[in-house]
Amino acid sequence: MNVIKIGKKALPVVIVLAFYWLVMLLKSMGIVNNYYIQVMMFAGINIMMTASLNLVNGFTGQFCIGHAGFMSLGAYGAAIMTTMVFHGKSIPLAAQTPVFLLGLLVGGCVAALVGVLIGLPSLKLKGDYLAIVTLAFGEIVRAILRLIKPIGAARGMIGIPNYSSLAWILLFVMLTLYLLRNLIYSPYGRAFIAIRDNEIAADAMGINTTHYKITSFCIAAFIAGVAGGLYAHVLAFIQPDSFSFTKSSDFLVYLYAGGSGSLTGSIVGAVLLTVLPEVLRFLSDWRLAVYAVILVAVMLFRSEGLCGGKELPFLRIHRTSLYEGPLFGRKKKTGQNQSRS
Amino acid sequence: MSTFLQYLIYGLQLGSVYALLALGYTMVYGIVGMINFAHGDFLMIGALGTYFIAQIFTRFQVNSTFPMLIVGVIIIIAMLMTGSIATGVEAIAYRPLRNKPRMIALITAVGVSMFLENFPRALSFIGPNPRSFPTLFSTNRFSLAGASVSVTQIIMISLAAVMMVALYFLVNRSKVGNQMRAVSMDKDAAALMGINVNRVISITFFIGGALAAVSGICYASAYPQVDVYMGSWLGNMSFIAAVLGGIGDIRGAMLGGFILGVAQIFATAINSTLGYAVGFIILIVILLFKPAGIMGKLVMEKV
Repeated sequence: MNVIKIGKKALPVVIVLAFYWLVMLLKSMGIVNNYYIQVMMFAGINIMMTASLNLVNGFTGQFCIGHAGFMSLGAYGAAIMTTMVFHGKSIPLAAQTPVFLLGLLVGGCVAALVGVLIGLPSLKLKGDYLAIVTLAFGEIVRAILRLIKPIGAARGMIGIPNYSSLAWILLFVMLTLYLLRNLIYSPYGRAFIAIRDNEIAADAMGINTTHYKITSFCIAAFIAGVAGGLYAHVLAFIQPDSFSFTKSSDFLVYLYAGGSGSLTGSIVGAVLLTVLPEVLRFLSDWRLAVYAVILVAVMLFRSEGLCGGKELPFLRIHRTSLYEGPLFGRKKKTGQNQSRS
Repeated sequence: MSTFLQYLIYGLQLGSVYALLALGYTMVYGIVGMINFAHGDFLMIGALGTYFIAQIFTRFQVNSTFPMLIVGVIIIIAMLMTGSIATGVEAIAYRPLRNKPRMIALITAVGVSMFLENFPRALSFIGPNPRSFPTLFSTNRFSLAGASVSVTQIIMISLAAVMMVALYFLVNRSKVGNQMRAVSMDKDAAALMGINVNRVISITFFIGGALAAVSGICYASAYPQVDVYMGSWLGNMSFIAAVLGGIGDIRGAMLGGFILGVAQIFATAINSTLGYAVGFIILIVILLFKPAGIMGKLVMEKV
């Protein structure tokens, strides 16, 4: 019994390892080239971005449309750390991993800090107005990055060591999904969902809505920052204009086409819609027009998203097993209290 | 002083473009309650359409300029065409989603925007290259209190003003306007009172599209270059203008457009990147003090 349970838990890890091994095998056979691997890496980064956006938009019911702003902060934070502080290209191989991880951590923390700063005043605003402020935030970040000379201003930053590999990205995607799944099924996650479903009712139930909203923003910003750091170390080149509103709206599209409020949806949306434009390359000029038609068709005919309201088994915790323990425990306690009084 | 006046005129010129486009955003938002991200692309369609319509009328040209009558005809054809496209987009893409969550319509709008940009780009006779816009209005310049003003600028600003006054009277004095205001207050109750909600929404999109076409003609006359991507950032700025003034309010959209245009020109005079960011900074500052924009009323949520 125990073996089966552990086996079930380890299954996603085994699947990911098997996937990685398969890709590496195909690469050594020459079927998969570096271009395919780069598309896979971008798909992984997009999964992280979409899943973190899902926490804010899909689970907490807020409305962030400037997520690329956090990504750019993370990308620049990490790139400054590895390129300018530690001169990543000239350090020994053994020191690269800690420097890379430190860079990602710094990128994530910068994004999270700014997430809190922007969250504090703007979460007073509701719905569409919050959306506008996040949009404005993303564009202001871009404008400021364009002004700073030492990091290349509008020309962008070059010479970033390309530390990111498929293995790193798969690892971080798994960590992200693990973190988000556990968060969503924790008391925190239930508070997020309560705020999404009815903020006034959640407030009345004693949930400190501002606190939870900022927490959700902060965690999402951190993940977006780490994803940005990974992105910077894939391309080895970043420029402010690649984190424009177009990028933010890409993530929104991945999220809602995949199905908001579903981590599976984020994975499916991000992977499918990252790969689709690459698959459609044979259409040359018509590529993006066809992509847009497919997107509109998905929204029209399956407006809850491809995986709306569905989750893969390992991204879901069975409600019964989640609630049974504490509920029974509390019942016993209240029973004892009653008998005592 | 004359420099100040010069910048002010440029600001009003850009502001009239923003204001006309913001009117479309604000009307659609007020009546359907969705942010139409494809609205900026209606501007592009208006400008690009005008380019091709003007090509048809080239044989009426005198000394490579058009007579006023022909210009009027060109503008009206462009308005009708863009308005029809806007109505068509609404009927195909937005109407089936009207009772779904608003985010769904917003994502569809992003998709529509991508389509409207990339479909003309893929067509061989339009393509991705920028084209130079024909001169519809006279480019004669004269000096006013030390500042140099062109006839185009005067025509643009007054055209925008006329359009806005006409729209204001249409919404507040006419029967259709009455119906629009009823639908924006309560769609279901309006339907019960015998108002054809679909028709009213179609008319709203038509007017929004037509105004966007005028805005596109204004923009292309001032900065005579048109390409398929010109709508996206203009759309974003006008959206900001609409929110700044209080989205859903027609006077707010005009005010927001002019404030944004003037502020942007003055900031650009200092630094070009700052010019782009200043709109967003003004927006955040105003929203922090007046969370519903300058003219907007904050609606209290009731349980």
